[in-house]
Amino acid sequence: MVSPGLLSTVQDGGRQGYRHHGLAQGGAMDLRSYAWANKLLDNPRNAACLEMVLGGFHAIARGNLQIALTGAEAPVRVNGRPMPLWQTLNLTDGDELVIGRSSSHRLIYLAVAGGLDAPECFGSCSVVVREHMPGQDPVASGDRLVALKDGHQQPIRSVPQQHRLAPDTETRLRLIPGYQYREFHPNDMLRLTTSTYRVSDLSDRMGFRLNGLAMGSSPPGIISEGIANGALQIPGDGLPIVLLNDCQTIGGYAKPGVVPALDCGLLAQQLPGARVRFELADLATVQNERRLFERHYQCTRWRSCGQSLEWQ
Amino acid sequence: MIEPVSEDAVLITLADAIDDSLPALLCRLAQSIRDKEFPWLIDLVPSYTTMLVFYDPLSVDHRTVIARLRTIIDAEMSAPGHQQPIAGDLVELPVYYSDESGPDLAALAAETGLDAAEVIRRHTTREYRVHALGFAPGFAFMGEVDPTIALPRKQTPRKRVPAGSVGIANRQTAVYPQASPGGWQIIGRCPTPLFDLQTLSLLKVGDRVRFRAINREDFLAAGGQLTETAAS
Repeated sequence: MVSPGLLSTVQDGGRQGYRHHGLAQGGAMDLRSYAWANKLLDNPRNAACLEMVLGGFHAIARGNLQIALTGAEAPVRVNGRPMPLWQTLNLTDGDELVIGRSSSHRLIYLAVAGGLDAPECFGSCSVVVREHMPGQDPVASGDRLVALKDGHQQPIRSVPQQHRLAPDTETRLRLIPGYQYREFHPNDMLRLTTSTYRVSDLSDRMGFRLNGLAMGSSPPGIISEGIANGALQIPGDGLPIVLLNDCQTIGGYAKPGVVPALDCGLLAQQLPGARVRFELADLATVQNERRLFERHYQCTRWRSCGQSLEWQ
Repeated sequence: MIEPVSEDAVLITLADAIDDSLPALLCRLAQSIRDKEFPWLIDLVPSYTTMLVFYDPLSVDHRTVIARLRTIIDAEMSAPGHQQPIAGDLVELPVYYSDESGPDLAALAAETGLDAAEVIRRHTTREYRVHALGFAPGFAFMGEVDPTIALPRKQTPRKRVPAGSVGIANRQTAVYPQASPGGWQIIGRCPTPLFDLQTLSLLKVGDRVRFRAINREDFLAAGGQLTETAAS
């Protein structure tokens, strides 16, 4: 690792079952891009990979490696030659991988064949920097990233266009209304689901703050309760925050609803100033979509051309 | 009341107000749910009046989860003696109360019209119950402190509160397991680690906690650190 860029952390499917100890879930923020990086390499669904914020990454290959890059569009160069994202890349010993700054989205995923060989803590390789636990640090210059498998593979595979992250002028986020939805003023809920918000620059792995029309009435008071991933909370200033992978486990702000995991991934990809809009969705639809996404990962395989997949 | 929250969680609400008997009920309920060994169960997060239940949405849907939980809750509620408080593990936490370890001790005393020794006495005479765990790994919300020493959070939270800091916020008290930003009124410091990589959180919901005043010497001998100070 010559330079990890702004912030690069090892992430996988996240910690499962440790919230009651106050530990955040962690894990890759953009489920789709993360899963496709692993799928390109036939990795296990929850294999550890590198999540980098905005690019600016520089590393040198030691030995023969196969990698895949997905997520935010950014200039990628191998030994100075431009390379596309969303496909497998074969690197040989000494190859120099340079990823420039992304301009349309936020997160880039780098997966290696077999997954990253990273230390496991709390049943996961995911690093939650804000908890300051020993060994939970971002990747630094001079670090070695070790793949669990080496060697090359042909042909080059590439993710079909319709599955890739596409630039959009406005991102639609579904919202599963929760029981506290009814306790907000109806005008405020109308405002929430009809107005456009912009991603604040005060957004990180804990949560994304949104700027826009603040709620007109003060949100209902609640007793601190467990927080689900994607919970939309309204603090005193009346501006929504979507809580993401590294958020605290309990909280005392009222929540009109929850943004589903796949949509959280879309939000996590947005740069400050990006426009987002909420629309109400029902739980069964969201669950079906999530199940289909996971089944697609488990039950499809690459056709020999490497350009498309088929159901098994 | 059980309601779906997200694609992978439902919320059980047991009461609409905080009550000292709830941690025990939440504790028993969590145990009953875990005992069933549901293959879809991922986590249970109790907090004051509620329990957030995480499940694997790929192997079960929310209707099944709610139906299974309802059966368990009904059995728990109709069990004889369900309102009796359970004992809960008793954990004693030593605290070095002083101006150097508790930057808000003097101000809290002044605000409440007591002297520092009396604040310490009132903080140590009660037994507290862990109502919730969260905010940070191992951070346990305990209640309730004597109303005469209850003070709201500071107007502006501190940028850094040292690990082990013992604080008061309204009628809650807690120990910061690690250095972090925080707005609680800090009255002392505890040398006991509250979170360990192997054994995880020392405290769990339903535990009883008692604070015991120790002096500077004992605090340092128990591994307490005074090098770090609170930063506003």
